[in-house]
Amino acid sequence: MQEILELLERNDRLTPAEIAVMLGMSEEDVKTKIAELEADKVIINYRAMVNWERAGVEKVNALIEVKVIPQRDVGFDEIAERIYRFPEVKSVFLMSGAYDLMVLVEGTTMKEVALFVSQKLATIYNVQSTATHFVLKKYKLEGVIMEGKEEVERLVVTP
Amino acid sequence: MSEGMGNGRSWVNKTIAAIPPSGIRRFFDLVAEMKGVISLGVGEPDFVTPWHIREACFYSLEKGYTMYTSNYGLLELREEIVADLGKNYGISYDPKQEILVTVGVSEAIDLAFRAILEPDDEVIVPEPCYVSYNPCVIMAGGKPVNVTTKVEEGFRVRARDIEPLITPKTKAILLCYPNNPTGGVMTRDVALELAELAQKHDLLILSDEVYAHLTYEGEHICFAALPGMQERTVLLNGFSKAYAMTGWRLGYAAGPHEIIQAMMKIHQFTMLCAPITAQKAAIEALRHGENERRKMCEEYNRRRRLFVKGLNDMGLTCFEPKGAFYAFPAVGITGMTSLEFSEQLLKEEKVAVVPGDAFGSFGEGYVRCSYASSMENLQEALIRMGRFVQRHRH
Repeated sequence: MQEILELLERNDRLTPAEIAVMLGMSEEDVKTKIAELEADKVIINYRAMVNWERAGVEKVNALIEVKVIPQRDVGFDEIAERIYRFPEVKSVFLMSGAYDLMVLVEGTTMKEVALFVSQKLATIYNVQSTATHFVLKKYKLEGVIMEGKEEVERLVVTP
Repeated sequence: MSEGMGNGRSWVNKTIAAIPPSGIRRFFDLVAEMKGVISLGVGEPDFVTPWHIREACFYSLEKGYTMYTSNYGLLELREEIVADLGKNYGISYDPKQEILVTVGVSEAIDLAFRAILEPDDEVIVPEPCYVSYNPCVIMAGGKPVNVTTKVEEGFRVRARDIEPLITPKTKAILLCYPNNPTGGVMTRDVALELAELAQKHDLLILSDEVYAHLTYEGEHICFAALPGMQERTVLLNGFSKAYAMTGWRLGYAAGPHEIIQAMMKIHQFTMLCAPITAQKAAIEALRHGENERRKMCEEYNRRRRLFVKGLNDMGLTCFEPKGAFYAFPAVGITGMTSLEFSEQLLKEEKVAVVPGDAFGSFGEGYVRCSYASSMENLQEALIRMGRFVQRHRH
């Protein structure tokens, strides 16, 4: 099962037939397994990873450190939920250390992102403070190197 | 082979002149000029050496490790090699006396032959086999005696096929499992027969096990670990295949002190020692490389299943390789020889494979395809080869 997940995590376009051959399983078994994994929400989504910069589309990403006051009974969950419901917010993580929530925000301009933080995020009740860091360049994303693939020249025929 | 340069004197030693150039080399020249070729002719991993190993190498340079090492290699590395062999096969060696670190397994093979062979001593070399064995025996003054391995036997050489070839001059048997070019692996039963034969005729086993870690089904049989065999086995292994470190040129020999010492004597006057930078990286590979090594092995295994099925589906009957990263399909269905098949396939579909006869005459009728290539390349190669076979099948 782990091998199926690893293969799909790397390339979700593999067909059950291809996976079956690679892992020495029957196609039916692979299909059943994948259906189970989807039903169990182990596989939560399939989608393309896009390098927007190469596509020529302007996108601004920022990492926002958020300090909050945790609430009785629900801890950080409730405030995290209030934050992740904004479509501008791409990811939210609870962190150990100097701040509580790490929020990744995407927008079209720096101004738009800054306004979102000051008007929407910072004003949420129990948010103590925010610190915004803009992303200048993405080198590697989700295990994929964005530019400058490691193209190494091997000889074409060797013993 | 040019006789009579100028004054009619040939400068090249006759033995060397008589050795034909590697069949792979000939084919290489053909491929090198073409563009858009998918090469399945490569006998090395398509992975780059894992980053942590490369990083350890930089660190060693920063720390100033740029000097000679002991002729035997860094003791620290020899200790790691001994620990690794102990862990994998339950055998024990003395790191101070029974291990020699060499410049690739290739050097170790050459040293072993030179250390043991008297003029005209014979070495049993099963074919098809890696291209260097026969020439190395000849260059060491010996005589290779080839025995064919059969596809029905999984390309495992059998004791009963070797025994009739044994003469008073026979000194050693060269074995290579998992095998290049066939992908065949050794089984315990067959290995025990060979061990018995070696003991009966007092022969040495030289076992090239560089693909040991790339065994996909069953366990790898280490010859030195068979009962009573450690004292008559020279185990040859290296880092090239398992850790994707071909260009680092690092291998080793493990065997009886007497032979290792003799090999070291030649090594000290020719190589002095293996490069310290590569040795430092190899220490890192043995200490922390298992995870990455397994990942690469799993990936080869997936490609193996996909590629071998693809070959069989198109009608190129392919023995199921259980080790290394080669498939060795028979091309008889096209009515072509190995060389014709390889040349036509290259010209018509731009896929490079290596004609089987490059690995000895018994390889005729087969081609070697390396699946150490990306999944996308393999899939595209299968499409092209499928078209080709469709056009030419009889």
